[in-house]
Amino acid sequence: MEEDIDTRKINNSFLRDHNYATEADIISTVEFNSTGELLATGDKGGRVVVFQREQESKNQPHRRGEYNVYSTFQSHEPEFDYLKSLEIEEKINKIRWLPQHNAAYFLLSTNDKTVKLWKISERDRRPEGYNLKDEEGRIRDPATITTLRVPVLRPMDLMVEATARRIFSNAHTYHINSISVNSDYETFMSTDDLRINLWNLEITNKSFNIVDIKPANMEELTEVITAAEFHPNQCNTFVYSSSKGSIRLCDMRAAALCDNHSKFFEEPEDPSNRSFFSEIISSISDVKFSHSGRYLMTRDYLTVKVWDLNMESKPLETYQVHDYLRSKLCSLYENDCIFDKFECVWNGSDSVIMTGSYNNFFRMFDRNTKRDVTLEASRENSKPRAILKPRKVCVGGKRRKDEISVDSLDFSKKILHTAWHPSENIIAVAATNNLYIFQDKVN
Amino acid sequence: MAGADGDDSLYPIAVLIDELRNEDVQLRLNSIKKLSTIALALGVERTRTELLPFLTDTIYDEDEVLLALAEQLGNFTMLVGGPEYVHCLLPPLESLATVEETVVRDKAVESLRKISHEHSPVDLEVHFEPLVKRLASGDWFTSRTSACGLFSVCYPRVSSTVKAEIRQHFRTLCSDDTPMVRRAAASKLGEFAKVLELEYVKSDIISLFTALASDEQDSVRLLAVEACVSIATLLPQEDLESLVMPTLRQAAEDKSWRVRYMVADKFSELQKAVGPEITKNDLVPAFQNLLKDCEAEVRAAAANKVKEFCENLPEDSKETIIMTHILPCVKELVSDTNQHVKSALASVIMGLSTILGKDNTIEHLLPLFLAQLKDECPEVRLNIISNLDCVNEVIGIRQLSQSLLPAIVELAEDAKWRVRLAIIEYMPLLAGQLGVEFFDEKLNSLCMAWLVDHVYAIREAATCNLMKLVEKFGAEWAQNTIVPKVLGMANDPNYLHRMTTLFCINALSEACGQDITTKHMLPVVLKMSNDQVANVRFNVAKSLQKIGPVLDSNALQTEVKPVLEKLATDQDMDVKYFAQEAMSVLALA
Repeated sequence: MEEDIDTRKINNSFLRDHNYATEADIISTVEFNSTGELLATGDKGGRVVVFQREQESKNQPHRRGEYNVYSTFQSHEPEFDYLKSLEIEEKINKIRWLPQHNAAYFLLSTNDKTVKLWKISERDRRPEGYNLKDEEGRIRDPATITTLRVPVLRPMDLMVEATARRIFSNAHTYHINSISVNSDYETFMSTDDLRINLWNLEITNKSFNIVDIKPANMEELTEVITAAEFHPNQCNTFVYSSSKGSIRLCDMRAAALCDNHSKFFEEPEDPSNRSFFSEIISSISDVKFSHSGRYLMTRDYLTVKVWDLNMESKPLETYQVHDYLRSKLCSLYENDCIFDKFECVWNGSDSVIMTGSYNNFFRMFDRNTKRDVTLEASRENSKPRAILKPRKVCVGGKRRKDEISVDSLDFSKKILHTAWHPSENIIAVAATNNLYIFQDKVN
Repeated sequence: MAGADGDDSLYPIAVLIDELRNEDVQLRLNSIKKLSTIALALGVERTRTELLPFLTDTIYDEDEVLLALAEQLGNFTMLVGGPEYVHCLLPPLESLATVEETVVRDKAVESLRKISHEHSPVDLEVHFEPLVKRLASGDWFTSRTSACGLFSVCYPRVSSTVKAEIRQHFRTLCSDDTPMVRRAAASKLGEFAKVLELEYVKSDIISLFTALASDEQDSVRLLAVEACVSIATLLPQEDLESLVMPTLRQAAEDKSWRVRYMVADKFSELQKAVGPEITKNDLVPAFQNLLKDCEAEVRAAAANKVKEFCENLPEDSKETIIMTHILPCVKELVSDTNQHVKSALASVIMGLSTILGKDNTIEHLLPLFLAQLKDECPEVRLNIISNLDCVNEVIGIRQLSQSLLPAIVELAEDAKWRVRLAIIEYMPLLAGQLGVEFFDEKLNSLCMAWLVDHVYAIREAATCNLMKLVEKFGAEWAQNTIVPKVLGMANDPNYLHRMTTLFCINALSEACGQDITTKHMLPVVLKMSNDQVANVRFNVAKSLQKIGPVLDSNALQTEVKPVLEKLATDQDMDVKYFAQEAMSVLALA
């Protein structure tokens, strides 16, 4: 967002009518594929919706960039673990696209326990002509068959099919929070609260445990893994973040088991800020490598931090997402909001970062100019081609026009999941059951 | 051809053709598997013009159907009209070579390789080679990976201009953007090198090999190790040092354990490929390092190769190298912290005794065997025991028997039933080597104890074990030691144990012969026909059926028949069923 944010135009948005919205419609993950042509969302009902970007057309140049529904399918169903008497939710926790193999598209989706590999492919022809049936489908008398007919393929309306190609199950005792595809295109990892497993994309009956932080005695448990990701181009490197606010970088070359990290990123705690909530708000909810692979970004409850892989002692940059909430931690603890897991994303050139907040607000930080902005994803400003206005939350007693006071923020409207197009300034923002797509002004 | 045969013969083919598109995968699969029948009925002309175009566009199907299709097309040459028309098979195989499923792609490539030999040299250049080029420059990596496997089959049979193009394509794929393609190229590098002229091996292949061996992706580098073996065998000895060894040394010390693991895993092949001199100077220290590697997976892979490596050392310095360089590392591995490393070592260490001879074995290896026999991990002990025959040949087993016995007893009573099962399987071997006296004295009671194990698999294995022992020690031994104990169990209060008696009799009757079976076993079986448990009774019927052929006809008629007749009227339907079955098998009905 080198240019002013407020020149941004709303492209389009996908809304489900509030009146009919159910819990199952709440969007739980958003992800662009590597070219940005496709965008996938997962929801609490276990569905995956894939949007495809409209191809540029000569007669309607302004329509370039519009995303339309391409395929919708039920990825996960609710299950019941009879041995443990546990319900397994169908909610899609993460979606990750695979690099493209052929004309079809592939993505991994996961709920708490099972990762699935989906193939999304097109079909525009179908075979016609039977031997035992006539054109209307009536059975022909076998005695009348005097010649053999080989079916012929004829064009038909485009059909998009989603098929589950592989199911990676039975490897996680705890809840899967992350999946990440390795740059070797051959393996991916799935991470739960205490363990990280490494899979080959073609093998479903075997996975390797590469990190296990489960203590022998569960009463000694002091931290859990909150997120993990592979390095974008070094196939041997991955990071995982913990509920204690630290990040560990591991090198798979060194040993088969990566229980010993090779780098440990942690910021020393400021003793003056210590409180009952310190540990909770320092828990990292998301970790992302920059596209360049040089930096790491982490999100905790109140801040986003950027780390240089070569400096473990403290973050390079710290951005306050909603520092005005610091005084309200007590009530946020009571309504459980303090445990919300906000995600964060980089733009294509790693110069801007985006993350969500409450009241349908989301924040952007420009790393070069150090400017930041608060924007709102709401139905009022989601008319096509409307311009997003920056919003301000007032902290002091005096509220200026256009400002909103901390006390009137709606904490049930949270933006946890956002995504940024890999090369262009197009963003996707999931606000509970609505998906908003915004893009830079096109001229 | 089709029309003339009349309706009757057309109908089944019509069904097969329609079922190519049935909703049920199994039916589609059946149809595809009978594709040759369909093609035969259609004739070569219609197969080429109608069936193949249809198949070319049918790549939406399930993997198993596509896999079957790819396989079928490899044997289709005659069905399209012979070698003259074999190129008609290329379009469907080309589209199968680009699907995302690796097994299907591989099968398509295999079939393409197969039919490439049926192309005339002209067709190869006109039809086949352009297909390879199309795949090699395809948009998706799936097609480019498939291309890697096709270069080596067309290279030897094309003109030198085309050869140059093929080499260029291969070079391009070796530096492809996606690791998938580089991996495919690396895995075919050795195979491609084999068909190249030596000058190009030196000029082209070596530089590609060096580049792949220092690829940024671990998964590519480790495949270069495999290529190293084939390349080394192609080059004259004097070139190895300068062209291959720098890369191999680098791989053996690679930062990634997976690459070092690959070196360890391929060590014997590498050793053979580079010859005795380089082995002495380079591979021995490299092997020592791998045995001391910081990653257990690497040590285990290297430990697995200890025997083979030592065996293949040059005769003149074999013993010195083993004693001064290898054995010290082996000694350390015996007390390794990782049990997989120890058990890998235990599975090969005994093999060293034949190489080192009696004196060295007693002095240096025996202490290691004894230490491993006392290892805390049962798998290590088992691996030693299962390889006892190698030592037996060199020093005789008596040297070990003092330590062997406690180890065996402990394994025999291990809490894990799979461990108990494993040791049972070695019993006949041990019995043969230790001799009947030692066996009776120390091991017999163990064998009998397994008969009443609480796990069925163990009881079953124990009966089978008894049979093998009887085969080894003879019927007389059986009558004196085993049979009384087995028959005694017929009065056990536990019906499972009573059934074990029957199972033992089933297994032993043949080995013991007619005399013992009739005199000792039969009366017990017959008596058990009055057992109150139905399971025992129907097993009596099954036993009688089993031992019947061993008995003489008199015993069958006078003793077996009445009992089976009685059981055939039993109130339990299973007992009845098996009694009737036994009667009909023994021809008593």
